[in-house]
Amino acid sequence: MSQIVQPGSPLLVSEPNKFDAGKLRTEEMLINLGPQHPSTHGVLRLEVLMDGEIVKEVVPHLGYLHRCFEKHAEQLPYNQVIPFVDRLDYVAAMNCEHAYVLGVERMMGLEGKLPKRVEYIRVLVAELNRIASHFIALGTYGLDMGAFTPMFWMMQDREHILRMLEWLSGSRMLYNYMWVGGLYFDLPVGFEEQVSAFVSYLRPKMDELDTILTENSIFIGRTAHVGVLPLELAINGGATGPVLRGSGLRYDLRKVDGYSVYPELEFSIPIGEGKMGTVGDCWDRTWVRVREVHESLRIIEQCITRLTSDLKRSKEFNPQEFVPGKIRPKAQDLYARVESPKGELGFYFRADGKSDIPVRCKVRSCSFSNLSLLPEISRGVLLADLIAIIGSIDVVMGEVDR
Amino acid sequence: MSEQLLHEKVQVICGRDVQQAEQYSPITFRLQPDELMGFFERIKSDTDLYIDRLSCITGIDPGKDSEHMEVLYHLESITAGILFAVLISVPKSNPIIPSVQSIWKSANWLEREIFDMYGIHFSGHPDLRRILMPADWEGYPLRKDYVTQNEYHGIQVEANEESKTNSL
Repeated sequence: MSQIVQPGSPLLVSEPNKFDAGKLRTEEMLINLGPQHPSTHGVLRLEVLMDGEIVKEVVPHLGYLHRCFEKHAEQLPYNQVIPFVDRLDYVAAMNCEHAYVLGVERMMGLEGKLPKRVEYIRVLVAELNRIASHFIALGTYGLDMGAFTPMFWMMQDREHILRMLEWLSGSRMLYNYMWVGGLYFDLPVGFEEQVSAFVSYLRPKMDELDTILTENSIFIGRTAHVGVLPLELAINGGATGPVLRGSGLRYDLRKVDGYSVYPELEFSIPIGEGKMGTVGDCWDRTWVRVREVHESLRIIEQCITRLTSDLKRSKEFNPQEFVPGKIRPKAQDLYARVESPKGELGFYFRADGKSDIPVRCKVRSCSFSNLSLLPEISRGVLLADLIAIIGSIDVVMGEVDR
Repeated sequence: MSEQLLHEKVQVICGRDVQQAEQYSPITFRLQPDELMGFFERIKSDTDLYIDRLSCITGIDPGKDSEHMEVLYHLESITAGILFAVLISVPKSNPIIPSVQSIWKSANWLEREIFDMYGIHFSGHPDLRRILMPADWEGYPLRKDYVTQNEYHGIQVEANEESKTNSL
């Protein structure tokens, strides 16, 4: 589970521990967790100061997946950055693309001018990807908690989504499907029927998931009353997404900002209610994700209804009709944000009006802000509960390290 | 709350004529670094504004010729539904601004990231270490005058002029 960092190791030079092992008290112990450990969900390294079995302090060490996204974005034209955006949150690439193209379109003055069909297809694929992302979160969290079956079930159902999106865009995870001002392709013929079939297939499956995971007494025993994040701390600490909603605040940017066509769609926002334990514990965060899958299915059904009735495919529809030949926004600063599966994903741009390249492109990463609360909520818990807390925050290191 | 009302409110809190930055979305106000802490404490407890969330902090280097760097705070009130930003400017020769970590905990890592990428020091920050780059990295990567180091722990990085021109 852990490994002791030897003095003189290169790890200590480039990523030194915060605590000095030589200055600890007698009962204290320093444990290194990660960066290559399955339960840290990627390349997250934790330096844990222990007192026996009790965690006294957690120090996350980041940067093992840092790929200089912001530096790259300052050197490439706007449309060439989209493949890099996919690699931020690689399990929910469509949501990342949605945030990015929304920001650039707002700068170009294209927002609200695109065909309704383009907007509905964007929402449809973003919600499909949200389900896929939540399936990863739920499946791997079950695995962390010792439940083996949900992992295989979730991966199997996620595979259906990935195959559909592969059919749509040509790749399984990193799509490059949404373009500034439109889409790469229209939906393939038969896609709407396939999605409808998938929705009716998934509904009973979600009830089975409740039986095997969320209502399982072993799972409840591991997650209820564990890692309680009080609402005040969640807001003050910048938590968003299921982490904030699990603490009991009905705050979802799809409703608050109402970007794209979300105001036309009907869905509710699930929040943590402390059903099995305290409000804001690990179980509540998991439960919010399960309920959000149901809400996403509702949105998908409404999108399919619109896409097969008044917005159905036609020969005249060109998904690239409004794609600008040259993306050169006038000088301005703009911050655009969407609700990604993990929370508020924002892009800040500064354009100088003279070039096709932004002066500054900053990502407001939801996983990064959510993870920064880990030391706050894991003081005084058992080491095994620390694993439960990391899993319930659902971090994707690609987005944390950028 | 309309932008007009918000602007008036901000001017009342600052007690002076506050300039609104042009071509910024959402609405942005220019402040001085020394009035930052007082302003943030006031807007957090103000009954009309009640800014409970610091959403994002962005560091900006406007260019090689500029003698200043900028820091942009995106603030939000969930209860009042207000979103606005505060822009401050800090000289490149002596980049020190106060840390707002004591007001909003979300500032902790965001400030560390700006320190890592721009070398701006946040006075009063409890744990100002590099966060994304290795601790022994030289220079601040997102500054416009950043020079890539050629060698790192015995690994040769061919980041000289020749490979730069070939890459794009």
